[in-house]
Amino acid sequence: MLVGPVAVERLAAKLQEAVADSVERWSVDQVNEAAVWVKPTLVDRVCRFLREDPDLDFQFLNSISAVDFIEYFELSYHLTSMQRHHTALVKTRVFGRENLTVPSVYGVWRGADFQEREIWDLMGIHFEGHPNMKRIMLWEGFPGHPLRKDYL
Amino acid sequence: MTIRTEPMTVNVGPQHPSTHGVFRLRVTFDGEDIIEVEPVFGYLHRGTEKLAEERTYTQIVTLTDRLDYVSSMINNQGFCLAVEKLLGVEAPSRAQYLRTITAELQRIASHLMALGFFLQDLGTLGTPLMYCFRTRERILDLFEMLCGARITVSYARPGGVFFDAPDDFWPALDNFMPVLRSEINEIEQLVLENEIVMIRARDVSILPLDMAINCSVSGPVLRASGLAWDWRKMEPYDAYDRVEFDVPVGTKGDNYDRFWVRVQEMHQSARIIDQCVQQIEPGPIRAHVPLVIHPQPGVEAYGRVEASKGELAFFLVSDGGVSPYRCKIRSPSLMNLTVTEHLLVGWKLADMIVTLGSMDINLGEVDR
Repeated sequence: MLVGPVAVERLAAKLQEAVADSVERWSVDQVNEAAVWVKPTLVDRVCRFLREDPDLDFQFLNSISAVDFIEYFELSYHLTSMQRHHTALVKTRVFGRENLTVPSVYGVWRGADFQEREIWDLMGIHFEGHPNMKRIMLWEGFPGHPLRKDYL
Repeated sequence: MTIRTEPMTVNVGPQHPSTHGVFRLRVTFDGEDIIEVEPVFGYLHRGTEKLAEERTYTQIVTLTDRLDYVSSMINNQGFCLAVEKLLGVEAPSRAQYLRTITAELQRIASHLMALGFFLQDLGTLGTPLMYCFRTRERILDLFEMLCGARITVSYARPGGVFFDAPDDFWPALDNFMPVLRSEINEIEQLVLENEIVMIRARDVSILPLDMAINCSVSGPVLRASGLAWDWRKMEPYDAYDRVEFDVPVGTKGDNYDRFWVRVQEMHQSARIIDQCVQQIEPGPIRAHVPLVIHPQPGVEAYGRVEASKGELAFFLVSDGGVSPYRCKIRSPSLMNLTVTEHLLVGWKLADMIVTLGSMDINLGEVDR
């Protein structure tokens, strides 16, 4: 049985209903994968709902990717449901350069552990509520976060 | 009189033959029992993702060779599929078959390494490892015929492959397939039901399925825990929708199942190669893709393949330039390491190395 993306309008509507004011917008693009943008402060609640709702059932976190767009950082959560055979892409934007924090989804998926640490290490986004938020690839005391665009 | 014991913290690695690379485990023992584990890595961090931002899409193919350096073909394939998704092109049929054949040969080579080192970690002192390496050598010889390199192959290109196979490749592959089957059978007879392997690996370090899923574990480790989840089946790419194969699943998720699943997957890979050789037809080997690729600005693609260790994905974001704005690599080995602590705590020192061997991590990919 093949895996396909979940209908993004339905996903956005369900999220908006479950976690009030969480959805900022969604996109149905010709080229890019359909995605839902959520408020960065509500990421953990949204993710918990995505995992626990029996209809969505996103038990598997494929990856968390951070991209530095200078004005803001964008986090992309690629998710898969092995029961329902569908995938989803949830994104969030964090504005600013200094003291960035996003709630951790460690409590939802243990698989976020190393990825959030990696994003902190290389991109400099701090995850609130992660029990072991320290550098992973580089050593403690390394100056800066190398994957940022202003790091040369 | 009772003897008082104190917990002792030991560093295994980074320079340790059983850690399969520069990987450090900080382990706290109570006598022989493991009570605390912390994996430490980053010793091989070369900043591949940052380097990718400074290179053209074609040049990045060479960087992907150095991720999981025992399955370069699959890394190349994964990256090229992501770029093709970004550009909206599809490789011609012959290139798809060539990539499928090489990826499956590479999967066998990678699994042979995993098996050999797993048995080495059990204490077999070389013999099964050499059996595995003997077969792997032949696969590397075939790669050398294809592209002149054995390890860092850089064979796939966005839109197809670099070269068509030379004429003498096909007879060589035909001669090799029966040899491969008999050598896999030989290794199987030697170790699959071996009493010592059974005693040492059965029911050790069990990974329950719900935990495997929650920890983003993929590949043979996930399948050993009992879920038939294979991206080659779930989201077929290249020629996988035109071949038949089964997805072997374990029942318990212990060290033995992880070992067993890999042995069975080698048989399935051989099946896929046979079908590909029958179905492949002459034709172009590369789609019309410019040498210097300029994707549309603002386009992004998440391309994934089932690599030998699990789900390998490249998340590419383009700003319209000649190199990706961001190239995130989702490495299966790093994700599979999430469960190290669960697998090791409560088990004995002697099981630690075996469990690590059964997980088959590759540090080139963990650290990137």
